[in-house]
Amino acid sequence: MEAFVQEKPAEELKPPITEIGVIGWIRNNLFNGWFNSILTVVTFFVIWKIVPPFFRWAFVDSMWDTTGKACRAGTGACWSIIHSNFRFIIFGFFPYDQQWRPLLAMFILFGLLFYSRDRSHWSKYLGYSWLVGLFVMGLLMKGGLFGLESVESTKWAGLPLTLLLSVFGLTAAYPLGVVLALGRQSQMRGVKWLCVLYIELIRGVPLISLLFMSSIIFPLFLPEGITINKILRAQVAIILFTGAYIAEVVRGGLQAMSRGQYEAAESLGLNYYLTMRLVILPQALKIVIPPTVSILISAFKDTSLVVIIALWDLLKTTQSVLSNPQWMGFSREAYIFIAILYFLGCFSMSNYSRKLEKELSAGER
Amino acid sequence: MATSQNEAFIEKVPFWLDPKKRAIMFQIFIFCMVGLLAYYLVSNTMANLQKQKIATGWGFLNKESSFEIGESLISYSAASSYGRALVVGALNTLKVAFIGVVITLILGTVIGVARLSSNWLISKLAAIYIEVMQDIPVLLQLFFWYAIFYESLPSPRQALCPVSGLYLCNRGVAFTIPEAHPAHKYMLLALAIGCVVVYVIRRWAKKRQDLTGKIFPIFRVGIAIIIGAPLMVWLAFGAPTAMNAPQLVGFNFKGGITVSPEFIALLLGLVLYTAAFVAEVVRAGIQSVSKGQREAAMSIGLRPPLVLNLVILPQALRVIIPPLTSQMLNLTKNSSLAVAIGFPDFVSVANTTINQTGQAIEGVALIMAVYLVFSLSTSAFMNWYNKKVKLVER
Repeated sequence: MEAFVQEKPAEELKPPITEIGVIGWIRNNLFNGWFNSILTVVTFFVIWKIVPPFFRWAFVDSMWDTTGKACRAGTGACWSIIHSNFRFIIFGFFPYDQQWRPLLAMFILFGLLFYSRDRSHWSKYLGYSWLVGLFVMGLLMKGGLFGLESVESTKWAGLPLTLLLSVFGLTAAYPLGVVLALGRQSQMRGVKWLCVLYIELIRGVPLISLLFMSSIIFPLFLPEGITINKILRAQVAIILFTGAYIAEVVRGGLQAMSRGQYEAAESLGLNYYLTMRLVILPQALKIVIPPTVSILISAFKDTSLVVIIALWDLLKTTQSVLSNPQWMGFSREAYIFIAILYFLGCFSMSNYSRKLEKELSAGER
Repeated sequence: MATSQNEAFIEKVPFWLDPKKRAIMFQIFIFCMVGLLAYYLVSNTMANLQKQKIATGWGFLNKESSFEIGESLISYSAASSYGRALVVGALNTLKVAFIGVVITLILGTVIGVARLSSNWLISKLAAIYIEVMQDIPVLLQLFFWYAIFYESLPSPRQALCPVSGLYLCNRGVAFTIPEAHPAHKYMLLALAIGCVVVYVIRRWAKKRQDLTGKIFPIFRVGIAIIIGAPLMVWLAFGAPTAMNAPQLVGFNFKGGITVSPEFIALLLGLVLYTAAFVAEVVRAGIQSVSKGQREAAMSIGLRPPLVLNLVILPQALRVIIPPLTSQMLNLTKNSSLAVAIGFPDFVSVANTTINQTGQAIEGVALIMAVYLVFSLSTSAFMNWYNKKVKLVER
């Protein structure tokens, strides 16, 4: 009997060409099954019908640096409306030769945001630099000190106003929200009842009704002779509104804390304030960072509502350009432009929130 | 001994260190502060109102409104009262909210499922849609659609006509409806009766299945009854097929139904925006059901539709419904942005009322009250439904 010995290594069979590489990918991801195949073909057809004409309209036939009249003669998009009115759309009525100030303020804001993005930079000093930064931004906008020309707040407009409303809105709404959430979780019936009433009342009504209240009723609340400017009033409405939403988010974090944490703090002899300050809040607030960022996103989007009470935010400056007879009829281009601005802002925030969520949950494992 | 010592110790605690009494004092303090603030605001307001000679009260509701409202579900003219105008506004808000919610649910579910599709192209397109729509303010979207309508569409005389009987122009969309006929009333009645019958049969079928295990083809029979009953009535009336097509008369369309550009822009903006959020909710809900559930269901021999119906959906719905409720409420609240594009919803009518009568406090209070009623009743209904679909854990 002779033993069989395989002398040559067996020939390696390659997987069939239809299962690997580009073809395999296409088969597995686009044409697996008759239903998906039909879907893919139909989708490609629709894309083919929509995208090339849009591309042609937006880039090939478009005009970038012409007058409105020239645009009307053409068939493509009229991006000249942005090009010619760029500074008005962004800065509104801010004095033309002083517009470097809001620009610088925005750079400071973006710089701080960019620096705060990394969690290893989070420290007490970052908090202080935010406070200083906010103060400097306010100073740059308002002027009147250090030889800066004073600018009336009625002239604040455009992107700086949008950013101001959302950044200050969230900064002030955050402590309010935390206090409300603590009140809602409180053992004291009366306090709890008040906080629930406030939160549910605010969350049940649209922001626009609060803005109306700020613009029409709020002046009646104040004693004679005292007036508060429109921007501040709208800002108060946004803070009161956002605060209720933040309270609900923070409540989620507080409820996620196990009883053991409270009991441990109690057994150490900490009082309520120290329990919250040292044990509960640091953990609870950390859990709710991602949903807080989504509140920031919606607060940023919601600032666009101040158009309705005639504040000159980004949307309003754009609309006023559109009401100029020379540029009438190019709403699509103008709205697409500011949609891109809003999209960039929100998209970077939501991307950041997703990244943060991953990092934070990685720490848990 | 020990207890008496304890008692003595407790007695020694002064009242400002007793947590219970402290809590009571703290609450009294808070209530006093809130009360003082309220008193301060109210007294200021009263003084200001007196100075500006504005009479408070609800008397204005009975006065003649003397403004026109573009579209209304009930009869209304400029001679009607402010109260009636506000009812018209509230009904318009409800109309937008109801139609919007129905379309949003369908579109959002489709996109959410598409996001999970094994088809790469579909899934990526859904992802792009969700991301883009979520990141653009809804007000901007409303302005955009409204601008598309009044800038890009032609006047009624050159109206676009993609399908016969459907006209698109800058005055809105006009489409054909069946000519009014007495049969329609009875068809509606037949539909309602059909729904009740199907409900009864369903209960009976479920009971029978629980007792005997026999399955009744409830889906097919139900569809047959719901479609069949009105169809029979229609045939019994001699199958009236007269159509009421829109005709160009003068500068506008007569006949058929014309939907205003404001309404369409509002609906389009709200639906496209909210559907992105609903899609995310649906996706998260479906993903929350573990893979093992599907595999277990398939291994006991259920067919794919039954797997979805009996195993996946009941569990996914439990996760989906609470966030879905808040999205539906968001849509209702966002419908108040109609005021920006001139659709006569409640906020818009109330705003006009405030401007004409100067009754700012009453007007804003009404706006808040109406939306609170909408919100609270919707969340009450959804809580009830949520309890119903909740899995009973044994």
